[in-house]
Amino acid sequence: MTDSNSPEVAASEPGPDLTPGGTPDTPGTPGVADLAEAGETDETLLSPPRPVFAQNWKRILSMGAVGVGAQIFLALSNMPLRLDDRLLIKPILSLGYVSLLFVPFIAGNRVGHQIQREGIPMHAAGLHEIFGGVICGVIAGGGVSLLSVLLVNFDLREPLVNWSPMLAELLAFGNSTAFAVFIWLLLGGLAGAAGGAMRLVNPKARRVVVTMVLTVGFISVLESLVMDLAEGLRFEWLTERVYARRGGLNWNWALILAAFSGLVAMLTRGRVRQAREHIASLEGASRARTNFGLIILTGAILVILPLFLGKFTNELLANVGLFVLLALGLNVVVGLAGILDLGYVAFFAVGSYSAAVLTAATSPRINPEMPWLVALIFVVVITGLVGLFIGAPVIRMRGDYLAIVTLGFGEIIRLLFLSDWLADTFGGSQGITMIPGAGIFGLGSVSGTEPRNVFYLVLAFCALAIYISWRLERSRLGRAWMAVREDETVAEAMGINTVNVKLMAFVVGAILGSFSGAIFSAKVGSVFPNSFLILVSIVILVVVIFGGMGSIPGVIAGSAVLIGVLGGPRQPGLLSEFSEYKLLIYGALLIWMMLARPEGLIPSVRRSRELHQQEIAQDSWLREQLDEEAESTAGNDQPARATA
Amino acid sequence: MIRTAAPRRGAPRTGVDWFLAFLRVAALTVIAVGLMAFIWQEIDADNPFARVVNPDATGLSGAQFRGLIVSGVAQGCMYGLIALGYSMVYGVLGFINFAHGEVFMVGAMTGMITSNKLADAGWWESNFIGSLLLIVIISMIVCTLTAVIMERVAYRPLRGSPRLIPLITSIGVSFFIQNAALVLLGPTAKVYPDVPDWVKDKHTFLQIEGARILVVVVSLVSMAVLWYLVEHTKGGKAMRAVAEDAEIAALMGINVNRTIVRVFAVGGAMAGLAGILWGILFRSVTHLTGFLPGIKAFSAAVVGGIGHLGGSMAGGISIGVAESVGPLLILEPLGVSGVSQLRDAVAFAMLIGVLLIRPSGIFGERLPAEDRT
Repeated sequence: MTDSNSPEVAASEPGPDLTPGGTPDTPGTPGVADLAEAGETDETLLSPPRPVFAQNWKRILSMGAVGVGAQIFLALSNMPLRLDDRLLIKPILSLGYVSLLFVPFIAGNRVGHQIQREGIPMHAAGLHEIFGGVICGVIAGGGVSLLSVLLVNFDLREPLVNWSPMLAELLAFGNSTAFAVFIWLLLGGLAGAAGGAMRLVNPKARRVVVTMVLTVGFISVLESLVMDLAEGLRFEWLTERVYARRGGLNWNWALILAAFSGLVAMLTRGRVRQAREHIASLEGASRARTNFGLIILTGAILVILPLFLGKFTNELLANVGLFVLLALGLNVVVGLAGILDLGYVAFFAVGSYSAAVLTAATSPRINPEMPWLVALIFVVVITGLVGLFIGAPVIRMRGDYLAIVTLGFGEIIRLLFLSDWLADTFGGSQGITMIPGAGIFGLGSVSGTEPRNVFYLVLAFCALAIYISWRLERSRLGRAWMAVREDETVAEAMGINTVNVKLMAFVVGAILGSFSGAIFSAKVGSVFPNSFLILVSIVILVVVIFGGMGSIPGVIAGSAVLIGVLGGPRQPGLLSEFSEYKLLIYGALLIWMMLARPEGLIPSVRRSRELHQQEIAQDSWLREQLDEEAESTAGNDQPARATA
Repeated sequence: MIRTAAPRRGAPRTGVDWFLAFLRVAALTVIAVGLMAFIWQEIDADNPFARVVNPDATGLSGAQFRGLIVSGVAQGCMYGLIALGYSMVYGVLGFINFAHGEVFMVGAMTGMITSNKLADAGWWESNFIGSLLLIVIISMIVCTLTAVIMERVAYRPLRGSPRLIPLITSIGVSFFIQNAALVLLGPTAKVYPDVPDWVKDKHTFLQIEGARILVVVVSLVSMAVLWYLVEHTKGGKAMRAVAEDAEIAALMGINVNRTIVRVFAVGGAMAGLAGILWGILFRSVTHLTGFLPGIKAFSAAVVGGIGHLGGSMAGGISIGVAESVGPLLILEPLGVSGVSQLRDAVAFAMLIGVLLIRPSGIFGERLPAEDRT
């Protein structure tokens, strides 16, 4: 049992759940969760806290070193400077400083991890954890101190673009360098202590604290969204008080919000989970009724809400919807059939370009100027054929070769659209412009100038795509996909024609992607090869993986969180300050998700079972062993824990 | 169960088989027709075929053709050096380290920073060879560290998970490194300092630029050194043993973790070297420099037969030559305009073609290690 890599530790320590939108009580895998619960409630049987100074110094030093690196990287990436304008709570806290305090906090929290043996904590938490957190936090905060000294004494502006006196000033809060050194050691220590202290509070209290922090964080970060809502729903009188004029929450309102959310969290403690379990335990007709009711409710909200929203938010929702469509398509390919398609953008591109060519009068060679809905039929057929054409050669390849080859195809298709060779059909680097909006049965034209209409169009197609993927998942074909994903050889032995089944996944994915493409070209009004970089594929992949491969709600949540908050490859999100860093964050998120939570934010039950099969088996084995041990040693002079 | 694009023995059975057979024939036909059209065009620029298909063809002069081959070979040597990293990691761990191209970019960036500092100090002009050696060493160290940290942070915890998971992680690593370079160093293209004249001049009767000779010689020498290391030292033997079967190797007393770290280190060092060579040859580097060469180098590793050292170099040179000569040799005689834009497309098409026709690559007589699973 070394450190946080072990499944038990990871499972029993959700820690302060800092993923945006992540609920701390998301059901993980049944077996692991059970064991974790057992570990948490076992407190009476723990040995007394470890002595304060008996620290694992090696671990503290290595965590501290990582913290120093992370701090210096964050500071030099210009994040604090750029985010400094984004006040969270006026006038104390800006997002820039939060980003720097975050590292010592996490380091302080992580360093005080409990020694666990066979999945069960050995010691009660105590001052030991706080002290370790302080030391680790001081080291990590020292990274900023070190940087402030270096900033003043050396000039490395040549390679490092953000090496500037302004940064030094920001880090020193406008004071002298000595002050900066001191204050960051102090702040680091405090943040580390807070991180360590998170280990002391029991899980229920921790949930309340996390809810408070997240509520305040969300409300201050999502300011523009809330303001927009307030304008539509006429509660500006409230937002005017809550938010300061230059952005950020007023501190007194931050306190009120924190207290309120804490209260709510305390009152509803466990109720949410109970309700969810209740719904999950329903069966047959009542289950279907509940689900139907929930879907109708969500649909109604989504239909009515945009009426009260401004242009900006509707545009945002439309972008999110486009990515939901794309992600649902990729979800069929990656999540259900287990084919890693890195060139998914190709289908988006083909959908956009074919819609553009078929509807735009300005299309160079072929311009039938079809109505959008008629063109859509052709778009679907064309993209399906392209899916077949790309799919057929690659389908027999092994997963990783397939990934690179599809990436190659994605790039080839973009290069073809870009090339002079096909420029007289697709316009080359000039692209196709002046694409008319989508006309829907004379209900008016849907184009980019009317984001609300675009959103309704996208919503309709999302509903269609969700329905298709939901039905497919439960169909014979869907089960065949999952069988292929889990074990191709066995699937073949069971009589599944793996090649055809995988090709179908490709085609279905392509068609879903083409919807998005067709709407995209009508919305933006122009298509250029540069809108279809490989980058787009990767972002969609991140969305699918973040949300949860194979899980429809997961994919929707993933797009909402990532595209809505951080923004798409070219689309701005709510946090426009992050636009420079969003790709960096996407990369880090992809690594982190794969390491810590490969099943995603809202996992599909089956998929997470596959991923954790081994751990579950191991856990149940361990539990059996423990039980046996307990039986055989009952009554003997054993540590209290073993007799549990 | 071996899953490759290899056709099964016997007649094609399903629709997909027929389609693949058709694709193979079509690809070979395009190449053959293009080549013949090229030859015909060289013999007689005004032949009937060219008159219909490509009326304003000029053909290639001998010097042009030679220039294309040479630049293709030089570029290919760099692809080969990068491909070694892909190939060795794939041989040992059985997954594509997508982020290896970014290690190459880190090498080129390090070279840019150090060489500019050296140029400021005046050493770059006064002692070019010495400075070059210095930046090569620094860049190799930095890249080795990058690769080793990458392995420790992102890949080691995932060892033994389903194969696509480390691949997805490596995409994340690639994205992260690329954008870390973007936010730290800015989006503009960075330039290497001016190189001495003998590097820019053309030498020998073949009129090859000094830089290209340098690239080819350095690549071949380092390739030979690496071959010696892998085939004739104890550490190399350990690498081969782990590639063959990690479990048995561990039973034989080989430290598997250390060997894997070594593989990453060697791959990283080679990528660092390639990064410097890139800098000397093209003199300009951005945060995106690593992406396409990385993918092409992976293609090179596949073309040469993944897991095979000599194959990487051969594959690299084939990809380099194909992308430099292919468009003009095959596509232009077929009447495709603006062919130089299709360089990258040709490289990818070659990857797809090789996987369709001979998935084990040129030298891949042995099946890749992971097929045991």
